[in-house]
Amino acid sequence: MAVLVIADHDGSTVRDTTHKTVTAALAIGGDVDVLVVGQGSKAAADAAAKISGVRKVLLAESGELAHTLAEAVTATVVGLAGGYDAVVSPATMDGKNVMPRIAAKLDVAPISDIIEVVSADTYVRPIYAGNALETVQTSDAKKVITVRATSFAPAAEGGSAPVEAVAGQDAGKAAFVSEEMVKSDRPELGAAKIVVSGGRALGSAEEFSAVIEPLADKLGAAVGASRAAVDAGYAPNDYQVGQTGKVVAPGLYVAVGISGAIQHLAGMKDSKVIVAINKDADAPIFQVADFGIVGDYKTVVPELMAALG
Amino acid sequence: MKVLVPVKRVIDYNVKARVKADQTGVDLANVKMSMNPFDEIAVEEAVRLKEGKEHHAAGTASEIVVVSIGVTQAQETIRTALAMGADRGILIQSDADLEPLAVAKLLKAVVEEEKPDLVLMGKQSIDGDNNAVGQMLAALLDWPQATFAAKLEIAGGKATVTREVDGGVQTLSAPLPAVVTVDLRLNTPRYASLPNIMKAKKKEIAMKAVADYGVDVAPRLKVQKVTAPPTRSAGIKVADAAELVSKLKTVGAL
Ligand SMILES: Cc1cc2nc3c(=O)[nH]c(=O)nc-3n(C[C@H](O)[C@H](O)[C@H](O)COP(=O)(O)OP(=O)(O)OC[C@H]3O[C@@H](n4cnc5c(N)ncnc54)[C@H](O)[C@@H]3O)c2cc1C
Ligand SMILES: Nc1ncnc2c1ncn2[C@@H]1O[C@H](COP(=O)(O)O)[C@@H](O)[C@H]1O
Repeated sequence: MAVLVIADHDGSTVRDTTHKTVTAALAIGGDVDVLVVGQGSKAAADAAAKISGVRKVLLAESGELAHTLAEAVTATVVGLAGGYDAVVSPATMDGKNVMPRIAAKLDVAPISDIIEVVSADTYVRPIYAGNALETVQTSDAKKVITVRATSFAPAAEGGSAPVEAVAGQDAGKAAFVSEEMVKSDRPELGAAKIVVSGGRALGSAEEFSAVIEPLADKLGAAVGASRAAVDAGYAPNDYQVGQTGKVVAPGLYVAVGISGAIQHLAGMKDSKVIVAINKDADAPIFQVADFGIVGDYKTVVPELMAALG
Repeated sequence: MKVLVPVKRVIDYNVKARVKADQTGVDLANVKMSMNPFDEIAVEEAVRLKEGKEHHAAGTASEIVVVSIGVTQAQETIRTALAMGADRGILIQSDADLEPLAVAKLLKAVVEEEKPDLVLMGKQSIDGDNNAVGQMLAALLDWPQATFAAKLEIAGGKATVTREVDGGVQTLSAPLPAVVTVDLRLNTPRYASLPNIMKAKKKEIAMKAVADYGVDVAPRLKVQKVTAPPTRSAGIKVADAAELVSKLKTVGAL
């Protein structure tokens, strides 16, 4: 058995979603190799080589791989897939974009967003916004899987795997035009120990930055948002927590002016401690909150800032 | 330009799914069903391409065909799309809940018959939460894909798509024909007006069977069980911020 993990990285380091996906891959069983696709990503490959339990790291580079274009990543991975029983990626936007394409090329049923490996062919995954957990067994000889990273512990550092260059494909019909990335010095949403999220109640982008960001800074937290806050332009799309956005499971999640719709809960209900600040005592968010304050965020958040010292 | 929009009938997004006691699935008896919300966004965009709404030139789309694979009642889902402005529908009847690979193979067969220039579809169905069919259809057709679209422009035989990705947005240019899957920010779907609902009743829905397409839809996955997730119980309400901070310190969250 051998499993290929597609790394989530930024060119110079691997994100901890990669470490967590390695843990899932080790649970599937056999040798675990990590594939780094990109351009000028040698440093990331070297970082992946330090993950404990990794047999070797494959580095595939090309211009299109730099932008993780689906066709180029698919061609690269399909070219390597012959040597593996399973191809696994974290369920990041990139992973969600390419893995089903890879699966179809291999005539395999993809399995999305697993939260548990029961055995080499059986996995648990949430469906219906996390309101049901499905245990599925696949009959495909090759498996194509995305992993919900928050459900797995990160593999430790301490490995010293060799790094090997492999051919990076560069032949898609779609072409990269541009990208606009949100710059932030805060911890990454998926990996943060504390997350502060704001909802529709904030009312404007200015208010969102004036209220949510200082609280996040004080707590050393990442910033998240509800769909309503993102739709209204108070926060960038990348901040959306929920069924169709990011899934987070920090030690502490603070929801400010968020009602707690099914779709939002799907992205944060595995947080260890949940705090809700909402002026409506009947808001559904209080049904999952460990600690709730019923009140206007305009007075509660400044008081909280003061109490934190 | 001809646009194909696959639409799925799913549990309404306002309903909280409940697992059946025998662990065979989710209880859908007497549950409100609706068009998958992402598919509504796809239909809306197709109609805007036809009408020339927003930044689209009028007539960018000349014909909009919607297709659904599912139970007979999925006709209602198709009718909803027709009332929003789609031209005609195809229902591929199936009582079995098909896996994304089977759905993608059936849609490929429909594409080969209908020859659309663009397939516009949801990024994810809110029941299975797969986020797979669009990417798989693109792979099977060997077409380019642009997933998670927040903005779409069609000009000069190309789709320029701004995609929601980790960290921000990415813009791609894909020559047509292409598959585009839509995200929440692309548009806000309309409610069909009463006259349009009436008009939609006269639009054609072709009734097909899975067998008509001669593709292999045998399941690859066996659902062993469907269980309820661990529940979280409501905690306590605290009086003020000072009490909150002291509680958070007590439980080690700060
Ligand atoms: C297909 C689909 C996918 C979706 N995916 C997601 C997703 O991934 N993530 C997500 O979050 N949502 C998602 N949603 C949207 C979801 O259904 C809700 O509409 C959304 O989460 C609501 O956001 P909100 O809680 O900020 O707004 P609201 O529901 O409007 O809640 C605002 C809350 O703020 C409180 N409030 C108002 N003023 C104050 C004040 N001054 N002080 C304190 N509290 C105040 C109110 O009491 C209320 O509870 C999705 C919906 C669909 C249909
Ligand atoms: N049974 C179906 N009939 C028609 N379209 C479907 C069906 N299943 C999935 N789709 C389309 O594929 C998209 C993604 O679904 P999924 O990959 O299941 O999350 C949906 O938003 C629909 O556009």
